[in-house]
Amino acid sequence: MSRGVKSIETRHHEERDRFFAGLSRLSRRSFFKLAGVAAAASWGKGLWTPRSFQLVDVANAAAEKEAAKFTFAYISDTHLYEQKLNDRFVRAILKAVDDVNALDPQPDFVLFGGDLAQLGQPAELKLGREILKTVKAPVKMMVGEHDWFLDMGDLWKEYFGAPSYSFDHKGVHFVTIMSVQEKDFWTARGMTPMERMQTVAGLDNGVQSRFEVGPEGREWLKKDLEKVDKKTPVIVFSHSPLYKYYRNWNFWTEDAEPVQEILRPFKTVTVIHGHTHQLLTNHIGNISFHGMLSTAWPWPYAPEGLPKLTVQMNRADPFNQFDGCGDGTTTVDEIGLVDALYNLWDRNPVTVRASYVTSGGKNDPPPTTTLASY
Amino acid sequence: MRRTLYALGIAIAATAFAAWLGAPQAADPPPVPPALPLGVSRVMYEISVPADRWPTQEKVALGEKLFNDKRLSVDGTVSCSTCHDPKRGFVDHKPQSEGVKQQKGQRNSPTVLNAMFNATQFWDGRAPSLEEQAKLPVLNPIEMAQKSPEDVVAKLQGIAEYAERFKAVFGRDVTYDDMAAAIAAFERTQYAGDAPFDHFIAGETNAIGDSARRGWALFNGKGRCNDCHAVSTANPLFSDQKFHNIGIAAHKVDFIDRARKAAAVVRSGDVKQVDELALQTEFSELGRFLVTKRLNDIGAFKTPTLRNIAATAPYMHDGSLATLWDVMDHYNKGGVANPYLDGGMQRLGLSEAEIDDMVAFLETLTTPRFAAFAKEEMGKQRARKGTRPERDTETAMGRKGHLGDLAPNPDLKNPAEIGIVGVVTKGAKP
Repeated sequence: MSRGVKSIETRHHEERDRFFAGLSRLSRRSFFKLAGVAAAASWGKGLWTPRSFQLVDVANAAAEKEAAKFTFAYISDTHLYEQKLNDRFVRAILKAVDDVNALDPQPDFVLFGGDLAQLGQPAELKLGREILKTVKAPVKMMVGEHDWFLDMGDLWKEYFGAPSYSFDHKGVHFVTIMSVQEKDFWTARGMTPMERMQTVAGLDNGVQSRFEVGPEGREWLKKDLEKVDKKTPVIVFSHSPLYKYYRNWNFWTEDAEPVQEILRPFKTVTVIHGHTHQLLTNHIGNISFHGMLSTAWPWPYAPEGLPKLTVQMNRADPFNQFDGCGDGTTTVDEIGLVDALYNLWDRNPVTVRASYVTSGGKNDPPPTTTLASY
Repeated sequence: MRRTLYALGIAIAATAFAAWLGAPQAADPPPVPPALPLGVSRVMYEISVPADRWPTQEKVALGEKLFNDKRLSVDGTVSCSTCHDPKRGFVDHKPQSEGVKQQKGQRNSPTVLNAMFNATQFWDGRAPSLEEQAKLPVLNPIEMAQKSPEDVVAKLQGIAEYAERFKAVFGRDVTYDDMAAAIAAFERTQYAGDAPFDHFIAGETNAIGDSARRGWALFNGKGRCNDCHAVSTANPLFSDQKFHNIGIAAHKVDFIDRARKAAAVVRSGDVKQVDELALQTEFSELGRFLVTKRLNDIGAFKTPTLRNIAATAPYMHDGSLATLWDVMDHYNKGGVANPYLDGGMQRLGLSEAEIDDMVAFLETLTTPRFAAFAKEEMGKQRARKGTRPERDTETAMGRKGHLGDLAPNPDLKNPAEIGIVGVVTKGAKP
């Protein structure tokens, strides 16, 4: 045995030499393309001894594609309680703010993905607002159901403005759409605002209705997109996934099909959504979907309905507050395609590339964990 | 009664086995484990001592001689035992070890005791075996500073006694690999169990005191120690053999800047640059990252064994904590905040009395041959108990900072009573 064993250093240097020998065959431009892949490829395999040290194999390196144009970061699903009740989630959002403030270069803006508060209470929203003021880049706000159903969005709107809005940035049309409307299940039942809030905050209950953009929201979206050229890349921010994943947990948008229909004429559409607290990837027609990580906790995967493109994460260490949580960065290229980088805390980052999603999983698959999915 | 008979059977078998061991050994003895003391896992022994590395008496004797021989270093001033002193817990009790010409390294010398069971060697795990480990300090310019393996081989071959003994043991002239194999063989005899704690787990309730018993419950409960310092009868090392950033590296003022710089380098895809960083000592605090290039290994170091910890001060990869009380203070406040801090690091809210109980428990992990030495060492630590540079009671108790809520204390029963470590009968195969 001792004869054949090479030290970690020896093996590492051998692999590295092969890697750099391979690199010399690539153009300089491709070399820098490797950067994103490299960051992604270092995904933890749940082993303390890596099988291979090399971040990326040159043979699998991505072909040339459009250069990155700009990046934006996100922080999502912070579920803040008042600090005196629970400072665990406060600690997590502060870590996320430190992360995005440390990004170099700075992102063009930071998307907040919704569910700032746990139960929509004034102290929770206020605390969140104060913390998000410390983000250096401009913050784009999105609303989640946890922010909304105590006072039906009154305070949130006072703090952050209209929940649906659009803007243009470097040739990309961005739409933030309020997708967590529910049909009135509370009036007939005589629920207090807090009862309504807590019902919406729960999983597996048949009392609440399903999330929807709703007729007004769809009308607004249609109108907003009317003036946009169909060749313009569109990136949509929604809290719930704009497709149907798992109904019982409201990982779901009831009017997903009509909403997708409105987006259909556009050449390149990406939906970035919160709510699901996990690595989640889908592709329907012309639309790519990326779920965002939560800073507060990771959800396990639903028992059915998981989109097949999803590279699942394995079970988070319950001892470790940050495991399975994190924030992320999205890189938008010249033609409006996005690479989504999941910045998992206490794990290695994972990049889900546009080429992976648009090829239906054939090209550039992200590295998978060898442990069971969760 | 049945248990007594069983134990007796084991005892007879063990005696017979010991007698067999004492008999003249064949040239190539079969790799049968010797009778192992309590607290040393037979499972791990079988993994850690492969058939082709069986520590024969001759090989061990040669290895021990090499281990203690200063001639292994370039100027004859430093031996393995300079930093791993067999009389003092196999460490040097300096924060960072010193090599030839009083040059100071970056790391605290880890003990050789039970090192044979480590899945990886060095604080950053860069060597996969004792053999690979043994070769590196000899050539490290600030440790033993030999220029090349050939120099070492030539030097040993030139010493008649070594030339003869290598010939006798390995049947050939000195080679660098054989030197490492001999040293590793010696190290494979340095398993150490039979601590009061092991007797306690084996059912001798009074083998450790009340305070230590409370400490053992805290270790598995409020102190959350067992998550990383994992222990079971199959793996009684008190280590998960993984790497964690617990914030020690962040003591260095520029750690965060350096970590971010290294992370940016990895993101840029230029891993060659990371290797260049690894050669610069000021980046040594990046720890495991320099081996794996994985971002979540930034500032992470190996979870060391806790066995014989009372005999191996000072603590942590840089020896920056002088006493076990300092170590408790460090964990109690949730470590030192940094962007790569392990998410398991949270304030613990331990009271002073609970800290004393934890330390009392750690003292019960000492193997008998170091008991007297450890007692002396702990006397020194107790004398400095009033000096507590790491102490931050406000943070530990949650009166300031954002270091998480305390988990509800699970109010564990004594794990020995509920079998958390597994049923252990003295001398039985786990």
